[in-house]
Formats: sequence, structure tokens, C-alpha cells
Amino acid sequence: MSEVQLKKKKEELEEEHPMEHLLRMERMPHIWCPTCGIGTAVTAFLMALEKSQIPLKDTAIVSGIGCTGRVAGYVKLDSFHSTHGRAIPFATGLKLANPKLKVVVFSGDGDIIGIGGNHFLHAARRNMDLTVVCVNNFIYAMTGGQCAATTPITANTSTSPYGNFEQPFNLPYLAASCGAVYVARWTALDVRRLAKSLTEALQKKGFSFVEIICPCSTLYARRNRLGTGLDLMKFYHDNSVIKHGADLSELDIGFQSKIVVGKFIDRERPTFIEGVNQGLRGVLKEKFVEYGGPIDDD
Amino acid sequence: MKADPKRVLTGAHYLDGDHAAAEGALAAGCTFVAGYPITPSTEVVERMAERFPRVGGVFIQMEDELGSMAAVVGAAWGGSKAMTVTSGPGFSLMMENIGLACMMEAPCVVVNVQRGGPSTGLPTLPGQADMMQAKWGSHGDYELIALSPNSPQECFWATIKAFNLSERFRVPVLVMMDECVGHMTEKVVIPEADQIELYPRRYTKLSPEEYLPFKTGKDLVPEMIKAGDGYKIHVTGLTHDERGYPVMTWEAQEKLVRRLIEKIRLFKDELVDVEEEQTDNADVVVVSYGISSRVSIPAIQKARKEGIKVGYLRLIIAWPFPEKKIYELAQKIKGFVVVEMNYGQMVLEVERATKGKTKTILVPHGGGWVHEPEDIYKAIKEAAK
Ligand code: SF4
Repeated sequence: MSEVQLKKKKEELEEEHPMEHLLRMERMPHIWCPTCGIGTAVTAFLMALEKSQIPLKDTAIVSGIGCTGRVAGYVKLDSFHSTHGRAIPFATGLKLANPKLKVVVFSGDGDIIGIGGNHFLHAARRNMDLTVVCVNNFIYAMTGGQCAATTPITANTSTSPYGNFEQPFNLPYLAASCGAVYVARWTALDVRRLAKSLTEALQKKGFSFVEIICPCSTLYARRNRLGTGLDLMKFYHDNSVIKHGADLSELDIGFQSKIVVGKFIDRERPTFIEGVNQGLRGVLKEKFVEYGGPIDDD
Repeated sequence: MKADPKRVLTGAHYLDGDHAAAEGALAAGCTFVAGYPITPSTEVVERMAERFPRVGGVFIQMEDELGSMAAVVGAAWGGSKAMTVTSGPGFSLMMENIGLACMMEAPCVVVNVQRGGPSTGLPTLPGQADMMQAKWGSHGDYELIALSPNSPQECFWATIKAFNLSERFRVPVLVMMDECVGHMTEKVVIPEADQIELYPRRYTKLSPEEYLPFKTGKDLVPEMIKAGDGYKIHVTGLTHDERGYPVMTWEAQEKLVRRLIEKIRLFKDELVDVEEEQTDNADVVVVSYGISSRVSIPAIQKARKEGIKVGYLRLIIAWPFPEKKIYELAQKIKGFVVVEMNYGQMVLEVERATKGKTKTILVPHGGGWVHEPEDIYKAIKEAAK
């Protein structure tokens, strides 16, 4: 390398990453594998955080357990890394205790839909004011690649060594049928569209849900001989079909099948807090004392 | 800090233990309850659901007890004084997130109105067989505090005390009632708000630049913030350092777990809360708690009439166990009689604390009904030999 090139390289290395102010840089390097898609999903989320202009001071992020469950630990917000499957109820408590907060749940499919599935159904039904971001990599990654409630039929995992033969969940369909007011799905390749969806989801009142189809290079791709994370990104490029408002029942994902992406639901319905407060005020009239947040609040 | 008069139902009432615990929670400043219906504890959440909209507070009926306990930990970090209420099967489901509350040092209160177990057991009938689970039920090593009231009046005060201790020590505090105490109706006198002292949350005065969420001073309890205060903290169930960041080393584990244990163990003496009567010159001391303490009284009276010197010692705080107190007595008496509605739980602690200085006789009961005073009387006679 010439001296000029070296100098340029040095400058490049010293240049601040545009997302640094939103990350806990002191915790880098992160734990994710090379070509894992979670980092890309986080980038899209950080872009959305900036775009949505919600005050960062009043934004909290909650994760459960798993590879995606580590996201809360890297984002520079009030961040909580809770127990496996319980990010949504933890976030529910956080939100209800301090209603001025914008609360985001960022976790994986195994966490939110597998072990935590019941909470997902009920939070969507109540229209709890949460933005739920689910990274779906079709597998339990942190524990070494076991079968999930999202594993496509015939896909190989360490607990389905001959292929999975259970029907996986169709997450947008599930979210919508439980009452989510915003439902979208993108692949980790669609960073810009994903960031736009996440911005909308963050700005939406009520239960908003974004599924991110994401490569797990180390386990899902390797076990199924699909190449690297980059090869999966190429696969998404060639096989994802944008279909806004698509028929939700047609969003199933098969093994290496076409993946329908887009925004499927964007509707209005009173949030849990609005519904309860309106209802109680209607019945109790002037006797109703609305809970507005922590007592010693500034 | 005094209680808020708007939340205190000053006056004399006839209340059962469940309702009294709810009033205690309100007086203590509780603003968040997440719960799932389960007999015989449901009356607590029913009363909260009725009272909260009139005084300010959120009740949410969760989809299960896993969610209830997780929501309570979240609410504590959101700035609420938070509580959940349950019984045996639900208590089992809460264990993982009780551990999370210990690890995240989230002040909160869990009321367990004990019923007969194991499994579904006797939903409508009493038990006291969750006492060891209260102490050891979540995985890993930790310390917490458990109270055991024996009357509706005491349910009121025990719940206030539970909130205060949870703030002082930043641990989950358990109120281990039993179905009898939960469902018996007695006079409950609720004082004026200015007679109720509350322990305020230990919010930090440090700036975000100076503050480390798990750094502590001498009492080993860190200062707190709430989400939204602008500190951008990280809180995790993983082993962590003073910044709250995960550290996967034995050194970090040693430092953290040791502090979580010592912040209670080193302050054990502050946490002794027993009711004692005629233990000074006793030959036999009956140790019990909850409803079993009340059933012991006729047996103690009968034995005293016959000239046996019987003392009465009731655990109001069961965990941490008052081992010093027991050891002091053990050196002077002929024997302990432990009365509890299980096949031997707190008796193991009594035996341990005596260090072999005296004998310990258990009067067990499988639950579903209270002891026969006659059985307790026989054990007292045996112990007096
Ligand atoms: S195991 Fe898979 S999901 Fe986990 S970090 Fe590695 S590539 Fe990503």
C-alpha cells in the first residue's frame, strides 16, 4: 500500500460509524457470527429510531434470550435483557408503569413465538402499546441449531436430523388474527424497506409487529447446505416477492420457497391503555383517577 | 416518607386476610399489580382491580403467572411499586422470574396464599408447604425475604413491611400467607396515613455520566433509576459487572453472587421479626407461623395449666431465618416443638440453628385442615421430658 492509501485507510478506520451514538461501542465486538443477519436487522432498527424522531430518552428496548436476545445489550437506550420468552410481559410491565415510554421488544422467533407464544397472542389481542420486532432465522441458534416453531418443513436442524415435518407458524397471519394494528415482513436484505417499516411501526400506537427473515449462517445455512449468509441474502434477492396487503393465509414459508414480504396490516384500534382509561372514565366518571406514571416523575 | 392519605382506608373494618393485604399494598404505595386468578388468592387482585381506578394504579390480568411475574419486574424498572399475587401452582410458575427479580435487583412483592399441594392439591384449603420453595425455588444462589402473617390485621402490616423491605434491600419480598389467614375475617384497624412509614425507592442523585447501575456502597444495595430517566442503562439476567454489562467469568460471578447473598445475610439481625411470649424461663418453646401459630395457643395454654413452662415463638419474618434467636434459646431449654402444615420444612432450620443443643420435635400436618391442638399438646409434653 502506498503512503496515501495507508493514510486513507487509517482515516477510514478512525471515522465514526454513523450509528455509533446509538450503540454501546464499549461492548464491541458483538457476539454474532460473520455474515449473520442480526447485525443488519439492528442497523435497520437504528435507522428507524433516528427517522421516527421519538425521543431516545423515552425509548426502552427489551429482549428475551437467544442470539437476537442479545440486541438489547448493544443498543444505547434503557435496555433490558429478560428471561426466555418473557420479553413481551416484561415490556408490558415497563410500559404500564411508565406510559410515556416507547417500548420496543426485539427478540428472536424461538423466544417470541416459541416459548413466549402465549404472551404474543395476548399482547396483540390487548393492543398493548409495544413495537415487537421478531428476527426469524428458522432455528434455535444460540443453543446450537434446534428445530423451532418457524422451521420450514423438511429443513434440517439438530433436533430434526432427518428434516422437520411439523407445520411452522405463519407469523404475520398469527399477529393479524390476534389483533395487531401494524404487521409487516421483510428480509434482512431489504434494509431500506425494513427501516421504513420499522419507522412506521415505531410511530404507530398499539401493537405493531415486524418480522425480519434473517440468515443464520452458522447453523441454519450450514446444516442445510445453503452456503454462507451472503448466499442466503442472494437467495432472498432472487426469491422474495413484495406484495403489500397480501392475503395473510398465503404467507407460509416453505423450505427455500418464495418469501412474500411487504406491509400487510395498518389499521387503528384503541390501545390497551386508551381502552381501559376510556372505559373506566365512562363508568366511574369523576371518581376515576387515571394512572399517569411514577409518582415522583419530573 | 409517609403514606398517601388518598390511598389509605383509615378506620376499623371487617376484612379477610386477602382484602387486608390488598389494602396494605395500597397504603404502601403500590401502583402496579399483574396477576392471574388462582384460589385462594384471587380476592387480593379482585380488590386491587376495584380500588386502583379510584386511587390511581394499574391492574392487569395477565395470561399466566410467568407473564405476571415478568410484568412485575418490568414495572419495577418502569418506576412502579409492583406486586403479584398467587398460590401454589402459580408460585411454581413464577420461580424463574423471581430469580430474574433477584438478579435485576427489582424491588417487588409476591403474595402467596398457600394451599394444599403438591400439584393442584387442595385449591380451597390451607397448606404451608411452600416455605422451602419460597427460599430455594428459583435456580441458582440468591437471598430474599419472606414474611408470614397470622391474621388479617397482620396481613395489612406485613404487606406494607414487604414493600418497605423490598425497597430497602432491592429484592423480591414474599408474603407467605395461608388459605386460613387469607380467608378468615377479623377486625382490621387501618390507621391514619401519617402513622404509616414508607421506605422510598433508592433513586440515585448521580448524573448519567457518574452513575453505575450496580455499584454499591457499604450496604451492598445499588441505587436505582427508572427507565426514561435518561441514564440509558442496561439490565440483564446474565452475570454482570457494575455497569450492568454481561461478564462470563468466574470472577464476575463470585463478585455479583456474593454481593446478592451478603446484602441480606450481613443484615440478618435487622431482619429478625418474631413474636415471643414467655420464652425467658421456658423449658419448651413452640415455634410456628401463620395459622399454625394460632392453633398452637390452646395447646400451649393447656400445657401451662399443667405447670409446664412453655414459651411461644412465632416467625413473622421466616426468611432469613432467625437462627441466632433459636440458638440462644436452644442453650436454655429442653426442646423445641415446631408446628407447621407440612411434613417438615422450617423445622429443618430450627434443627440446624440449635446446633444439637436441644431436641426438636415436629408436629406435621399434610394440609387441608389445621392441626389438632391435642397433637401439639402431646408434643409439648414429650419435649418437656
Ligand atoms: S448462530 Fe446463527 S443466528 Fe446466532 S449469531 Fe451465529 S449466524 Fe447469527
